[in-house]
Amino acid sequence: MKGLAICMFILCLPAMSLARQGSGEIQTLKVQGNVYLLTGAGANIAVQIGDTGVLVVDTGVAEMGDKVVAAIKKLSDKPIQYVLNTHVDSDHTGGNDAVRKAGLTYVGANVTGNLTDAGVGAQIYAQDNVLKRMSAPTGVQAAIPFGSWPTQTYLSGRRQMFFNSEPIEMIHQPAAHTDGDSLIFFRRSDVVITGDIFLTTSYPIIDVDRGGSIQGEIDALNNILELAIPGYQDEGGTYIIPGHGWISDRPDVLEYRDMVTIVRDRVQVAIKKGMSLEQVKAAGLTKDYDNRYNAKSGLGSAEKFIEAIYKSLTQKK
Amino acid sequence: MHCRPSIVIFSFFTLIGAAFAQGPGGYNPIGPGVDLAGNWGPVFHEDAHERGPGPELANYVGLPITDGARAYALAWDASRFTIPEHQCEVHIVSYIYRGPYNLRIWEEREPVSQKLIAIKQYLDNYQQTRTIWMDGRSHPSDAAPHTWMGFSTGKWEGNILTVYTTHLKWGWIRRNGLRHTDQATLTEHFIRHGDHLTHTSVLTDAATLSEPLVKTEDLVLRLQNGQTWLYPCEPVVEIVRPRGAVPHYLPNENPFIHEFADLYKIPVDAALGGAETAYPEYQSKLKRTTK
Repeated sequence: MKGLAICMFILCLPAMSLARQGSGEIQTLKVQGNVYLLTGAGANIAVQIGDTGVLVVDTGVAEMGDKVVAAIKKLSDKPIQYVLNTHVDSDHTGGNDAVRKAGLTYVGANVTGNLTDAGVGAQIYAQDNVLKRMSAPTGVQAAIPFGSWPTQTYLSGRRQMFFNSEPIEMIHQPAAHTDGDSLIFFRRSDVVITGDIFLTTSYPIIDVDRGGSIQGEIDALNNILELAIPGYQDEGGTYIIPGHGWISDRPDVLEYRDMVTIVRDRVQVAIKKGMSLEQVKAAGLTKDYDNRYNAKSGLGSAEKFIEAIYKSLTQKK
Repeated sequence: MHCRPSIVIFSFFTLIGAAFAQGPGGYNPIGPGVDLAGNWGPVFHEDAHERGPGPELANYVGLPITDGARAYALAWDASRFTIPEHQCEVHIVSYIYRGPYNLRIWEEREPVSQKLIAIKQYLDNYQQTRTIWMDGRSHPSDAAPHTWMGFSTGKWEGNILTVYTTHLKWGWIRRNGLRHTDQATLTEHFIRHGDHLTHTSVLTDAATLSEPLVKTEDLVLRLQNGQTWLYPCEPVVEIVRPRGAVPHYLPNENPFIHEFADLYKIPVDAALGGAETAYPEYQSKLKRTTK
């Protein structure tokens, strides 16, 4: 029981830091094409609607689950068929159970008649490491209740699907924020959902203990830049929904990628000079960005960012 | 209560007079503001050096920048322009009026009521079309995109058009590495004096400015159209680099930090700016420190 409590505490840590948006009402904004953004439920939530049904990317914190479902129902009366999780954090997956239950899965069988739902609700897709971190071996109490677990996973590369007349890709980023991150790319609407790889609210949160790394984070940001094609005069075009913050485009990610790369380079040089973690923290290597990105305390702070870079660059391969 | 007939008659003609006293042939009641429509060209008698060839590296004199903004600028390497993704980066609205450009201003009015909906501007530098909403609408939610021209609402303060802009991207304070963040806000005043237009801007950004940055530019009305209305931009690979490489200087390793200061024989501290360097009292301090 104590182990379970510790597990739940660890999984909830990111949400505790970032879920400050999760106390109010849900706001809905159209992004473009078939994709909408819901804010106010913790992490950003994207909703794709169309003639076939509804697909939801991330589900916010658990306590906002009913409000999230109500906001989705205002956008479409079609069934919620899919939930896609960008990663495991509870401010992104906490509403999985509520949204899943509000949806349905079309199933078939070798019988006559229409079988529309076997009582499982919507399907939940994620990279396999998300399931591993939520679940537990048989006989062991899982950190997260079964109803929130992914029902479909993929191991590496990308998972493709076609829904609401739109190709959709889940692209695995193997070691960025965590080891189970997926970029979600709506290829017709031209929208990328990044999860916590990209934030407009703070420094990146690199969870080294759960497989994240500074190089993986930079690689993932470069992957986003390569997916995104800006529109007229370097603006708009592909829209990018961060894990937290506002609807962005390529120049926004570019500024962020530059910042992360520059700070990484500085820490790398400091390590080569033999500086300890405490010396690096005291060296003010993020001075130029602190007023903008420092979350003051906890995750997303300059201190945690430097710590993660240092740890990531010095850990044994 | 009784009113004397003479007062009533006087008041009536006073009101009628005010409504119809609009100059030759006019019976058009006075509306708010002035007409800014037309083609305007900038006058480069102010800040010509900065607006033309561009400022020297590590010249931040007179700018109320924070330590963070200075550190950012000293880390900035002009080679960053060679990265294709940076090449077509637009001059942000808080900076774009400093460039060479033609400015076209026109109004958009509701066709039936003729109510002013927006004042639009086209700046040929980077081909930017800017909308200043005049219909009283609110600024969008915090989750809305940030753009080069931001989201602007305007109001008439007498004959001055005052504009407030939010939702900006990162952009230049000065074109030598000094940038404001995407948290900045901008207040502007467009003031017409006949065929002259004065543009005053007040930039606020707690991350990079310790005090608001106030700037002015002047423009003149052009009766003939300008000729250069286009600004196509096609990025190219200028230098082959490893994927994701970002040119920058490490802390305390900017090789140009003395260049401007030495040229004008001023201390580096003065060249590196800050609010103090904007005020006359700083001259006394300089005299004391350079004795």
